Amino acid sequence: MANSGDAVKSAPWRDPAARPYVQIERITKTFGDFKAVDDVSLNIYRGEIFCLLGASGCGKTTLLRMLGGFETPTSGRILIDGEDMTGVPPYERPVNMMFQSYALFPHMNVEQNVAFGLKQDRVPKAEIAERVATMLELVKLGGFAKRKPHQLSGGQRQRVALARSLVKRPKLLLLDEPLGALDKKLREHTQFELIGLQDQLGVTFLVVTHDQEEAMTLASRIGVMDQGEIVQAGTPSEIYEFPSSKFVADFVGSVNIFEGKLIEDEPEYVRIGSEELGGTIYVSHGISAAPEATVWAAIRPEKIFMSTEAPADTDNAVRGAVQDIAYLGDLSIYLVKLPTSKVVRVTRPNTSRHAEAITWEQQVYLSWDASSPVVVTR
Amino acid sequence: MRKAGITGRGLVVALPYFWLVLFFVVPFVIVLKISFSDIDLAIPPYKPLIEWIGKNSLAIRLDLNNYAFLFTDSLYVHAFLNSIKVAFVSTLLCLVVGYPMAYGIARSSAKARSFLLLLVVLPFWTSLLLRVYAWIGLLKANGVINNVLIWVGAIHEPLNMLYTPFAMYVGIVYSYLPFLILPLYANLEKMDWQLLEAAEDLGCRPWQAFYKITLPLSRNGILAGSMLVFIPAVGEFVIPALLGGPNALMIGRVLWDEFFSNRAWPVASAVAILLLLLLVPFMMWYQSVQARESAGAR
Repeated sequence: MANSGDAVKSAPWRDPAARPYVQIERITKTFGDFKAVDDVSLNIYRGEIFCLLGASGCGKTTLLRMLGGFETPTSGRILIDGEDMTGVPPYERPVNMMFQSYALFPHMNVEQNVAFGLKQDRVPKAEIAERVATMLELVKLGGFAKRKPHQLSGGQRQRVALARSLVKRPKLLLLDEPLGALDKKLREHTQFELIGLQDQLGVTFLVVTHDQEEAMTLASRIGVMDQGEIVQAGTPSEIYEFPSSKFVADFVGSVNIFEGKLIEDEPEYVRIGSEELGGTIYVSHGISAAPEATVWAAIRPEKIFMSTEAPADTDNAVRGAVQDIAYLGDLSIYLVKLPTSKVVRVTRPNTSRHAEAITWEQQVYLSWDASSPVVVTR
Repeated sequence: MRKAGITGRGLVVALPYFWLVLFFVVPFVIVLKISFSDIDLAIPPYKPLIEWIGKNSLAIRLDLNNYAFLFTDSLYVHAFLNSIKVAFVSTLLCLVVGYPMAYGIARSSAKARSFLLLLVVLPFWTSLLLRVYAWIGLLKANGVINNVLIWVGAIHEPLNMLYTPFAMYVGIVYSYLPFLILPLYANLEKMDWQLLEAAEDLGCRPWQAFYKITLPLSRNGILAGSMLVFIPAVGEFVIPALLGGPNALMIGRVLWDEFFSNRAWPVASAVAILLLLLLVPFMMWYQSVQARESAGAR
């Protein structure tokens, strides 16, 4: 993945001495009885692309708006580059926002839109012209300076919005679903452009999105939000491979979750008996859970092997019948129904053009490495 | 192909045209005709335009004196100019009062909105005449306003408000305010308020954001509302007559006097035609603003 540059390589969040650039300290926001954001603390480092990922209504946009100064936190405070932002109105914050709707000024052309913020700051005319032109070149809109927003395509509008929010060289750029309104092909393309641009300008990005693919591609780190809380923060691979809860495992990517109980709990390994699976799961590392506690083993579909022959091991293996197949070109998704009537999702890359055909109703054996399951206790 | 005949669609299109021809074009032609006629002591008090003179000859006599007269007597020029001034000032006052109201309604919650709009149109439930008479009760020397002010001790002598330009402007602004608020509200209601947040994000204080974003974007609403006030206000008769006193020389008043007091129908008709000509450019402007507004282009 082409994630953002220096911040990812140096991973400042692992360095206790590193000074966070944006500090969110115990922020809570309530609307009436509803807690939109619940005691969130978060450090973001210079040059990061931090993605807040969550379903709609999880509080991610409210958090973003508090950073922009459009909402006032009920409690807690936000520091940007060491400065307390409490009581600082939006027009005085070193922060710019790219709105989900882009919010381009319809009565101004592209150039005037991008120049708006600089004019407001009374930047000299010559400098405005130069910075606007440079920025428009950067987002590849050099030839569109005189167009009005309604004469542009969705992708072009998105780039105008980006240029307008970047031209003031904010310390922090807030992006609210930056690619939400674009179609899939354009979105993929724009994701990489966005990363390139961020790398070039060195601006810290905070992105809000509900699209996990977008978050995975863009982010140096992802904060998964649910019901006003950040339930897990980490690099995309940490979030994907080491989810801390059922919710995260399920929200990011697809996953098979088996409920079970610990039947062997050793420091080096555990064995889980799962009625849902109709077998045992052997995990090659210890976990911390109370004995007899209910645990869940999460296994990603691509980490399950499917074969027509029975594997030697009895752990981590189960038999089932193919219920459904979805052919996606690069890979196929198989839904395999176990005798317990639990349906398991398995993906297989189509590495050969003439792969051995596993077809509907066929009996198959599923197995996985002892290191593959993630055991979570909530 | 469908044969020619009365179709439902044809009927729907024809009805309003029929209405317009009957109640607008025909009366207009009659007024136009009278404006070119000679005055006469008869019923009706003008000479026919078309006459048989002798055998097989038809004379059409267009008397342009009526129009010429309007430009020679300074009373008419003065009345025209004064009407435009009064209409212009009234429009400005309506804007100053009405813009904040339209803005406030557009920004209030959906629930409050319908109630506030109801309040705006509520005065239409009684006749204009009654409401203007009510203002007399409020403004006169021992009226409600003076009595309250004296009672609280703010003044000792009653203020002379009735039959002054002040009273006239109060009446006009009060009567025409809904015509300004409604189109302006319709325009502001479509406004994307996130634009204001974007402007603030880019460094605008709230009032700057209003001046640079809201005001230019509501231009069409401002123009439409202003025209709806200005155009009828130029020819306004009732309010200046009732509240403005004898000095309120407006073209509507002149028209009334010519028509009913002097029985000078031709001159009155000429005044009416000139008033119409004066207002046509504004009406056309209003139409083009309306067309732009409904086309959605800013």
